[in-house]
Order: sequence, then C-alpha cells, then structure tokens
Amino acid sequence: MHLLVLGGNSDIGREIAREFARREGASFTLASRNLEELDKNASDLSIRCGVETETAFFDARETDSHKDFYRGLERKPDGIVLAFGYNGEQQRAERDPGEQRKILETNFLGAASILRIAADDFATREKEETDSMKPFIIALSSVAGERGRKKNYTYGSAKAGLTAYLSGLRQRLSPKGIRVITVKPGFVDTKMTRGMDLPGPLVLSPEKVARKCYRAWRKGRDVTYVTWYWRAIITVVKGIPERLFKRMDI
Amino acid sequence: MKKTISGWGRYPEVEARIEELWPGQGADFAAEEGEPAGIARGLGRSYGDSALARTVYSILPRDRLLDFNAGDGTVRCEAGVSLDELLEIFVPRGWFLPVTPGTKQVTVGGAIASDVHGKNHHGEGCFSEYVSELQLMGPGGEVLTCSRQENSELFRATCGGMGLTGIILEAEFKLKEITSSYFDVLTLKASNLEESFRLFEEYGHWPYSVAWLDCLARGDKLGRSLLMVGKNREDGRFDYSDSALATVPFDLPGRLLNKGTISLFNSTYYHRVMGRQKSSVQDINGFFYPLDSIRHWNRMYGKEGFLQYQFVLPKRNSFEGLREILQEISRAGKGSFLSVLKLMGPENENFLSFPMEGYTLSLDFKVEPGIFELLDRLDRRVAEMGGRIYLTKDARMSPEIFEQGYTKLKRFREVRRRYSMNGVFESKQSRRLGI
Repeated sequence: MHLLVLGGNSDIGREIAREFARREGASFTLASRNLEELDKNASDLSIRCGVETETAFFDARETDSHKDFYRGLERKPDGIVLAFGYNGEQQRAERDPGEQRKILETNFLGAASILRIAADDFATREKEETDSMKPFIIALSSVAGERGRKKNYTYGSAKAGLTAYLSGLRQRLSPKGIRVITVKPGFVDTKMTRGMDLPGPLVLSPEKVARKCYRAWRKGRDVTYVTWYWRAIITVVKGIPERLFKRMDI
Repeated sequence: MKKTISGWGRYPEVEARIEELWPGQGADFAAEEGEPAGIARGLGRSYGDSALARTVYSILPRDRLLDFNAGDGTVRCEAGVSLDELLEIFVPRGWFLPVTPGTKQVTVGGAIASDVHGKNHHGEGCFSEYVSELQLMGPGGEVLTCSRQENSELFRATCGGMGLTGIILEAEFKLKEITSSYFDVLTLKASNLEESFRLFEEYGHWPYSVAWLDCLARGDKLGRSLLMVGKNREDGRFDYSDSALATVPFDLPGRLLNKGTISLFNSTYYHRVMGRQKSSVQDINGFFYPLDSIRHWNRMYGKEGFLQYQFVLPKRNSFEGLREILQEISRAGKGSFLSVLKLMGPENENFLSFPMEGYTLSLDFKVEPGIFELLDRLDRRVAEMGGRIYLTKDARMSPEIFEQGYTKLKRFREVRRRYSMNGVFESKQSRRLGI
C-alpha cells in the first residue's frame, strides 16, 4: 500500500502515517511546503517504522500547480490522506481580506482542487487495478464545520464546504467501491492550535485521531467524530434553535 | 505556561515557565525579556536541580530519527528522542545502547549533558565516548556543530556540561551490536565490603557489573552485597517487550520508608540468594532497567521527596573511604533504600564528566532533619580523598566541594565565557555551585 499524505509535516498527518506504517507496512509520499522539515519527518517515519518514504513539494493554495504535482508523483497512491489546514485568526480575518482568503483557500479551495484531481484519477483506474485494493481518501475536516460560530466561522465555513464536498464525492465514488472517509475531530493538540486556550479535558491527541482514522478505514466507516463525547457535543450544538444560538456566547 | 517542576527526587521544586522548542523554530535566548536565564530540559530524570530554572526549554518536541546506518550502527537523531524509543526501534534489529544509565526514560540530549554511565563503565566508558558529533544551539540561536575535531573545546564542555553550554539539538552516535536481547547473569553473595571488592575485581572481565549493597549492615557484615555480573547471550533472539509491572499511584506517607522498614527489606533482599551464587537469564528490561518497571517509584518517599547521593572515590581510597562512609551513615541512623556500588574505569577528557577510576556508590535518602548535615560531612571526606559528587544526582552540594572535585572546572568556565553563555544558560544548580 502506498499512501500520499497531503500535509506531511502536520502532527495529525505524521501520526496517521505512523499508524498505517505500523499496521499495514505502507510506504509513503509526504507532501508539504517546508521540504527541510519534510525530509526529517520522512527519515523519522522510515527509520522508526522500517518503511519507504519519499517527499514532494505541495502548496494547497497554489491550485494551478496541483495538476502537475499529482502527475509528477513517482508512485501513484493507493490512498490519500488530506491533513493540511490553516486555522488562522478569526478576528484578523474579519478585518483583513488576505487572512480570510488564506483560511478559505487553504482549507476549502485548495482541498477541493486536489480532491478533484485525485478523484478523477481514482475513478478512471481500471477495474483490475482497483480490485486488489480499493483506493481511498481519508480527509480531516472538523466539527467547526457543523455550525458556524462567531469565534471561528471563517475556518468553520471552509470546513463546512469541505465536509459537503467530501459527502458528494463519497456518493459519486461509492458505486466503484472507492471510499471517502470524513474525519471530524474537535479540539486537537497540534501545531495549529498551539497557543490557543483550549479546554483541557476535551482536547484530543494527534495519536488518538490517527488511531481512529485507521480504525474507520478498517471498519468501513464513512464519517467519524473520533470520540463519543464530541459527537454528543455536536449533536447538542446542532440542535439549538437559531433564535437562541444567535444570542449565545459559545 | 508556568508549572511547578522538580527533578526526580522531587526536591527542590520551583515554578518555571516552560518553553517548548519546536523544530524549525529559531530562538534568541540572550534577548529574552526580563529573566534571561534558562536551561534545557528533557524528561526530567536528573534528581536535583540541574534542569530547573525560571525558564526551561523543553527539547521533547524534537524527537525525530534522522539517519541510521545499518552497517555500523550509527544513528543521527534529534536530542528529544528517548533511550526507550531507541531500544524499541533498534533492539529487534540487533542493536543496543553502548552505554545506558539505570533508566531508559532519558533523552539523548540528557544522556550527553549528564555524560551518563552504566554497569559497563570499567570496560566501556561513558555515553559521550560513542558520540561523534552534535549540533548545539548557542545564546543567539546560532547552531554550531561540535565534535572532537570541530569546536572540540565546546564538545568537551558540552558532554557532561549539564546543559550549561547551550541546547543540544541533534546528535550522532554509534549503537552497539548485540547477539541477543538476553543476558547471562550471575548473582554472587558477598558477606562484607572486603568480599564485595574482591568479587568486583575477580569478575571484572564480565562487561556488566553492579552490586546492590546493604548500607545498614554493621560490624563484620558492613558492606555486604549482592554482586550481579552480566554478559550478552548469543542465542540470536532479539525480542523486546516492555510493560510497566506496577505503579505507585499516589504519594506514600514519608514515614513508610524508615530505618526499620529499610533494614527489613535489605535483609530479605540479601537472603534471596540462598547459596553462594545464582545463575539466571534476564532480558534487557530486567537486567538494565529494573526500576523502570515501577512507574513513579519516586513517590515511595512521600511528598517531601528524597536526595540521591552519588560519589566516586579514586581506587587507592575506595575501600577505606567506603568503609568509613558506610560507618558514618549507620552511626547517623540514616538508611538508603537503594544502595548501588559500581566499578569505574578512568576518567575521560570532558571537563565536567563525573566518573574516575575507582568505585562509585549511589544512595537515596529521605529529606528529613539531619540529612543535610550528614551529607555535608560525607562531602568533606569524599573531597579529602580525591573523589567527587555526581551533578546529575546532586541537589545540595556546596561550591567549595564542587570546585575541589572537578579539577577541569577552570577550562569549563573559560568555554562559557568565550561563547558568552554566562547569564544565558543557567540552572538552579549552576547558580548554587557558582559555575
């Protein structure tokens, strides 16, 4: 099995790679913007888990480069992990169109761009190619996309878009047996959230998210909230009538 | 984030600001506002205050393996990788640590900064002797490569330098090829100190040796011990598994460990070897890391914590010196739960490295009235006899004793001056010792 990890320097991306390396002996292409860090992460994965790794430059926002990026991959992936993201700062995005654009482009437009290309590749593979091992996509969306909140609706809206895109993609590719798995974690302790004031007990570790991703893939799940309590929180939050929600401070 | 931290002995405690050193992130320590001084911190297994300061720089986020040469066992990794991780990854592939301390819960950076030694020092020296190169971050965030050929004075200052020469970011070192993950172990009973010494010498050709000493035995039983010597088996089995067998889930009352209970434990432990000697086969965890199997064993001493006291005496004074010290401890009515005696080989060229040719004894003492005075008395004897105290265990030694024991201190201070490290990299220990 060969996996392409988009966002190869991200904490969650790294952990998912480790999970699949240990449990499936998968080989990897790690893709990100910072090649120096990528090399170190690739070496670590390779030595630690005894698997083959390679690296590739990938910039989510440079959507024009995505076609060449995908075509230029040395090994075509059997599975794709989408683990890049940019949380940004909500308040800054409200004043600065550049920040808003960065959040929307990285998390939604960039994701949609590469997903379109990957889906195209997966969908047009010969049946024999895919029979032995059905290609799959594991994408990290977020609970933030379930309902826009004033505290992070720019990021939330991009993730909402991503969740809908993945849902449609899942329906489109399902007849061919190609799986699209949407992972929606709550707060995770990663580079992206470092410095943010998160409520301790609710915060997930990247390892836990990675384990859930692997298990979702093994068990044929389509969507996962990672933990039962986050699923419960989201159910409650989604159930609040709008006329109440708009006055709340959550 | 601010947090109360301490060493493994849980004495002393300080409130510190913890700054994590993420990869790809530069730093300028000299420019930190307000309180510039700080020290690197790994897994916090040093016993005293060597990794305590107002600001501590955690190297744990730098935990990646960068290169491995399967031909000669050379590893290159970031300083936050722990020895535990290295064992998990490399023992199944036929490699072991060339030198290991009594716990695997230390980082590579920590192993170098403390220039750790193990049960094989008499034949194989310290950890740094297997390090070929390291990357060190200095006061202005600049990264220097140090080795025996390049920036060699800085290299000799950093190995054993307790973090006072900057932050170790990466290191390259050689692993040791093993023929099995199992060891043949011989346990020998020594009825007194003289016999303990005799057996150490007689079995000195075994690569690994350590003696657990009953420090409460008196009279003609003074210094009785169980000497354990080990060597690698050749059965080609490389399985490695690890499981903590037990844990101490909360602080035990400090009263629990007292002269009475320790004495009882010591007797029972000594007599577990029925005959003169016993042969057994032990795996890596059993022989090298017995304490690691009890998580949080440091809680056994209660909230007040304990002091680890480890000294080394030159060969010419070892026997008499140890006899005197054991008598003094007994007279003072103090007892050490774990007393470990090891044989050491010659000192290396590092400026603050602890080992010297002779014998080293490690003791644990509860923090209680009278203990500081006792240890000060012992310090004076150790210094008079040409020995010294291990910084990684120390929490209370005086600057005078320190200067007497570490004869290359002047060169160490020179390096710190030359690289403008004074006032930038400082720990509670360095301030206490006036380094």
